[in-house]
Amino acid sequence: MPDGHMTQSPEGASRRRFLQVTGGAGVGLMVGFTWTGTSRRAEAAAVAAKAFEPNAFVKVAPDNTVTVLIKHLEMGQGVFTGLTAIVAEEIDADWAQMRAEHAPANAKLYNNTAFGPIQGTGGSTSVYNSWTQLRQAGATARALLVAAAAQTWGVPASAITVSKGVVSSGTHKATFGDLAATAATLPVPADVPLKDPKSFTLVGTKLPRKDSAEKTTGKATFAIDVVQPGMLVAVVQRPPRFGATAQTIDAKAAKAVKGVVEVVEIPRGVAVLATSYWAAHQGREALKVTWDESKAEKRGTDAIIADYKALLPKPGQLVTKEGDVDAVKGAKTVKAEFTFPYLAHAPMEPLTCVVKLDKDACEIWAGDQFQTIDQGNAAKTAGLKPEQVTIHTVYAGGSFGRRANVESDYIVEGVSIAKALADAKVQGGKLAGRPVKLIWSREDDVRGGRYRPLYVHGMEAKLGADGGVLAWRHRIVGQSIMAGGPFDQPGKPDATSVEGAAEIPYTIPNRLVDLHTTTSPVPVLWWRSVGSTHTAFAVETFIDELAAEAKQDPVAFRRTLMEKHPRHLAVLNLAVEKAGWDKPLPKGWARGVAVAESFRSVVAHVAEVSQDDKGRIKVERVVCAVDCGIAVTPDVVKAQMEGGIGFGLGAVMFGAITMTDGVVDQSNFDSYRCLRIDEMPKVEVHIVPSANPPTGVGEPGVPPLGPAVANAIAALTGKRIRDLPFAGSVSV
Amino acid sequence: MPPIKLTLNGKPWSVDADPDMPLLWAVREIAGKTGSKFGCGAAQCGACTMHVDGQPVRACSTPIGSIAGSKVTTIEGIEGKVARAVQDAWVKLDVVQCGYCQSGQIMSAVALLTDNAKPTDQDIDSAMSGNLCRCSTYVRIRAAIHEAAKALEI
Ligand code: FES
Ligand code: FES
Repeated sequence: MPDGHMTQSPEGASRRRFLQVTGGAGVGLMVGFTWTGTSRRAEAAAVAAKAFEPNAFVKVAPDNTVTVLIKHLEMGQGVFTGLTAIVAEEIDADWAQMRAEHAPANAKLYNNTAFGPIQGTGGSTSVYNSWTQLRQAGATARALLVAAAAQTWGVPASAITVSKGVVSSGTHKATFGDLAATAATLPVPADVPLKDPKSFTLVGTKLPRKDSAEKTTGKATFAIDVVQPGMLVAVVQRPPRFGATAQTIDAKAAKAVKGVVEVVEIPRGVAVLATSYWAAHQGREALKVTWDESKAEKRGTDAIIADYKALLPKPGQLVTKEGDVDAVKGAKTVKAEFTFPYLAHAPMEPLTCVVKLDKDACEIWAGDQFQTIDQGNAAKTAGLKPEQVTIHTVYAGGSFGRRANVESDYIVEGVSIAKALADAKVQGGKLAGRPVKLIWSREDDVRGGRYRPLYVHGMEAKLGADGGVLAWRHRIVGQSIMAGGPFDQPGKPDATSVEGAAEIPYTIPNRLVDLHTTTSPVPVLWWRSVGSTHTAFAVETFIDELAAEAKQDPVAFRRTLMEKHPRHLAVLNLAVEKAGWDKPLPKGWARGVAVAESFRSVVAHVAEVSQDDKGRIKVERVVCAVDCGIAVTPDVVKAQMEGGIGFGLGAVMFGAITMTDGVVDQSNFDSYRCLRIDEMPKVEVHIVPSANPPTGVGEPGVPPLGPAVANAIAALTGKRIRDLPFAGSVSV
Repeated sequence: MPPIKLTLNGKPWSVDADPDMPLLWAVREIAGKTGSKFGCGAAQCGACTMHVDGQPVRACSTPIGSIAGSKVTTIEGIEGKVARAVQDAWVKLDVVQCGYCQSGQIMSAVALLTDNAKPTDQDIDSAMSGNLCRCSTYVRIRAAIHEAAKALEI
């Protein structure tokens, strides 16, 4: 069974019942293609139409499957499971009959209510923004199934119960599939009451993932697996320095490579098209391009850091001002400067899309994260209307933010290539309409930009004689992610640069946060947990340092300052209790703690680190506590915490994109090192019980990980690491 | 150039390809089996792991011409009790997240358990450290390998 369900198959049972009820027409539905004769076809169509679709999110088929249309991208974070569970709960389905399917692109139907009007996935909002919407969708479908049963059996709706996909009243029993056709004829009620969360039977329980079986057998389809008839494979040669453009192209040797079909220039580089990836790759090796670098970034990252540090003494754009930091005199001052490198997302599946462009239609297959933004950009590139662009969202092999960008970079590249082929000047237009699969290599991905921005932070605190924090100054320098895009709020500090610093859970009477927004041709992007990737590190290691200066235990110190934030306090307390904060550790080990709020959730980690006799640091164990409101699918929440811990750990230990004279130094996983299994700590996750609506889980596991580990390293070695990654300061 | 002859998932396979073409692309684009993934093309990530004569290899860095006559098994073709135990354990513990690395993880795990029926955490770490998972499903990979080993004991 795809769901790992051991019970008998309800689908099988109902399929038999369905065939009994509908007789020949049911058979017609199954084999309709091979039949001739219009009446039989019409009959088959009529049965097919009896799938019951009370709203844009739920389809109940005569075969008793309930399919949830998932408006978000399944990229590993578990939306196929979590969002499906919400509907299953309200419709009272059996988990085994539930299916999940990516919804088509439609900003009206599938708007992300947290940041729309667009259809898109990000900011750990999938469950948060779908919670009420999908509960209503499920409850409405249930009400209609009940009404259908009431009508069929001649009993009042109040005499009907629904449990695990079975509708019953006295001796009457029916599956959803049995009732679908009748339900489809009834008027859709408004304002159907939702369940009392106390009566939930699926939400909050461990449910098998909907995508496990496919992803364990190699059957899951990612964009890179999509094949279209006549398809060509494209790779793009992009400039070695960000901001450069192609000047001269010599494609002779490239075109001589066996399998290479064409070479075309597109706005972002030069594309080599071939009958296979291997040929395209070899063709690109043979390509000779010179670049106009007049507008390119030629600074190395060392120079950029120096430029940013020069801004630290100067006041920036005001973000938060409480009290008056300058008025605090004569106290003990503690200062710290931090540097955070550019980071690549390096999702396991490099960026890929398949584009089929015809005169008046465009089809795109991608692990599409911003469906309606991508639809709009693709349409603009192709010279079509958005409604002429069909997006087929398929599983994404990870993203961590990379596939969501407002310029739709890789999608636009794919469409640009397909468009270039349609040009009559290219082989007399005979390649027009050939589908194109664009594949980025890992080197393209690592060197291709859209990094987590490089930041420099300057912090300063003033401590009273009793160790109380009297003043806190936090200055951030770095590029804006939002500038120039649809989420830009001109004149205001970019929220993604300062989230996690603007508001902190510590009560300090005088606090000033400001921002210098810099510019560079290096393209930047949100990277799993966005601003909190750096702000939480600065805040939580600095607080730890202040605790040490005040000669207080880091937990006790935080508790005092956190009194006005009971939610944070509860999470911190749960983590330290489960970790056994006061229990002794083996010799050569130490603990560190950090807590951070991001995407409406609060996470605390306690990290235990050790150092071997060669001085090498290892993270042995991480104990995590999370408050994400109602944990819809707690096992997915745990998986996201485990994943966030590993993802965050790899980044703080050794993640860095550096540039020499504007050229990226890294190229593949040998130079852009990512966490491997032998570096993965043991992980324990504890979820704070909650009756509040669900909040984010995909990202919030990341922010407190780095500081918890850094604080543990400081406790063990006395060394405060402020320049990331740790590999620059300690052996890892 | 004469075609290169191999066995793919138990069936004879004659490939008309440049002998330098990596096994991965021959399998994905010529044989049309897409379960094995491209993650780095440089033997750095393990997403492309296949078995060649029973040994796990990085198919992205194995020229097809260098393994003529070999038996190649991909995720689509693994069978037998070890493979079943591994895939069952993977599903039971819901190891996968995005899933993109998982064909490779499973191929490495099957090779490990075929060789070593009772691996320790350390054995697992050293056998599996060539397989990157950007979603960091490592905690569950370890647990699932132990789980499969336990199931195989019975
Ligand atoms: S694709 Fe072969 S090891 Fe990465
Ligand atoms: S599950 Fe996503 S890379 Fe492993």
